[in-house]
Amino acid sequence: MESSTKMHTKGLDFYYNDAQALYDISLEFPQNRVTALIGPSGCGKSTFLRCLNRMNDLIPKTRAKGEIMLENMDVFDPALDVVSLRRRVGMVFQKPNPFPKTIFENIAYGMRVNGVRDKALIAERVETSLRQAAIWEEVKDRLNESALGLSGGQQQRLCIARALAVEPEVLLMDEPASALDPIATQKIEELIISLSKALTIIIVTHNMQQAARVSDITAFFYMGKLIEVNNTDTLFTKPELKQTEDYITGRFG
Amino acid sequence: MKQQTIETLVRWAFMAVALFSITALCLIMLFLVFEGVPILKHVSLKEFVFGLYWYPTSDPADFGIFPLVVGSFLVTLLSGVVSIPLGVMTALYLAEIASGRTAEIVKPMVELMASMPSVVIGFFGMVVVAPFIQKTFDIPVGLNLFNASLMLAFMSIPTICSISEDAIFSVPQALKEASFALGATHLETIVRVIVPASISGICTAVILGMSRAIGETMVVLMVAGGAAMIPGSLFDPVRPMPASIAAEMAEAPFGSEHYHALFATGLVLFAFTFVFNLVADYISHRFRQTGEASL
Ligand SMILES: Nc1ncnc2c1ncn2[C@@H]1O[C@H](COP(=O)(O)OP(=O)(O)O)[C@@H](O)[C@H]1O
Ligand SMILES: [Mg+2]
Repeated sequence: MESSTKMHTKGLDFYYNDAQALYDISLEFPQNRVTALIGPSGCGKSTFLRCLNRMNDLIPKTRAKGEIMLENMDVFDPALDVVSLRRRVGMVFQKPNPFPKTIFENIAYGMRVNGVRDKALIAERVETSLRQAAIWEEVKDRLNESALGLSGGQQQRLCIARALAVEPEVLLMDEPASALDPIATQKIEELIISLSKALTIIIVTHNMQQAARVSDITAFFYMGKLIEVNNTDTLFTKPELKQTEDYITGRFG
Repeated sequence: MKQQTIETLVRWAFMAVALFSITALCLIMLFLVFEGVPILKHVSLKEFVFGLYWYPTSDPADFGIFPLVVGSFLVTLLSGVVSIPLGVMTALYLAEIASGRTAEIVKPMVELMASMPSVVIGFFGMVVVAPFIQKTFDIPVGLNLFNASLMLAFMSIPTICSISEDAIFSVPQALKEASFALGATHLETIVRVIVPASISGICTAVILGMSRAIGETMVVLMVAGGAAMIPGSLFDPVRPMPASIAAEMAEAPFGSEHYHALFATGLVLFAFTFVFNLVADYISHRFRQTGEASL
């Protein structure tokens, strides 16, 4: 089943101060597919992911070169309002980071800062997002309690719901399950698969089984370079390069 | 000596020191009560606290400290109105907006200003601010409620600013990133995430900053104007409680009514600062958000 390209990068280089962290990355993300980014720690997966919603703008003395397009929006266009980019490209972080506010306010936050004033609409979307993130049943009776009282796995699903509430088209996830126990991890993985029906998902993971379970496409990064990208099944069964094979079979890591 | 004996000795030593300081404080308290309460033989408690006339040396004398209480209250309130927004906004600027270099230079300067002796601030208020107010607002004297509030505010701002800055700075980067990733602007992130997450630290800063101003004597003695009346405007002189005590203690004969009245004023001042601390403590607990960035 073919799918149009939702987002792509072309010749992307990235620098922290003068240390280059990404080299010439060209990668396409098809619509409604899950793309997994794998590779050893420090190879630039997070850096790459954070380029896609220009989160790296927050780090002083960084600089990017190359092209990133979200459909026909130029992500690096100096005239671009990054707020509008981040509305379309949501992000879930490695460590759950709920605001020290109520569960309801955590989800409503994105709508409020994006100018939604209609109370009924906010309440409705809070519920929809929590349902989408498969956490509604667990929190529906405690929407006005602090989000910090939830378990780690619940907090992470809350953060996913929070990202979904602004109705993004692309969802970036940076090792969203790495801080969680196996049961919470499984819930997140099921969630990713069900969300991909409506969203384009790009997920960083250092867990190969996880990449194999949830993704349609897998890209292998090593030392800031994109080594190989292919359908997940193909990449894991018949990798083209020796380097990829060594990594997925655990010979180096 | 055996290890255990040393332990016991050390424990006793610490207890003795602690006991000594606590006892000394209690004695001061007791002294205040013993010297203050006899005034109630001459006036009722109600007449003393709510009486409108403070003429301790006329015959017959009037011991109504209400104008002094109002003076203290207004000076504290107005200085807070000035110092809280200025201090907190400066802190936000330093922690969130200023470039790293600017913050590095300005922060130590602000901290240095916290150690400015109050007599210097009072002096500045007398010779610089007073004539300025006098000319600008075309009033007969520049020593008044407004001047005193302003000078007290400048005493509190450095403390409020530097402690708030620490609290704001310690808001986890992850929270800010979460906010930005949802499409919030920097300003929205400051208002909706950073300030709420550090509010309990900011409250602590305000308490510490203002408690430096609240019982302050020297500044109000020098610039408040010293008239024991309820002010009708910002530019009327006032006589806050500490100023009254400091100015009159030397001239009040030992054991006289006036002498007891001044101690009783000290008791009321103590109650005043005590209530301030209670309220402040309540507010800072009220806003405490579990776990995040509290001091
Ligand atoms: N804020 C930063 N400042 C400087 N260097 C950084 C920063 N973040 C990451 N790096 C460097 O960039 C490289 C890629 O890091 P990262 O993208 O976090 O890798 P990964 O997510 O694959 O583990 C590493 O060498 C790391 O040390
Ligand atoms: Mg990473």
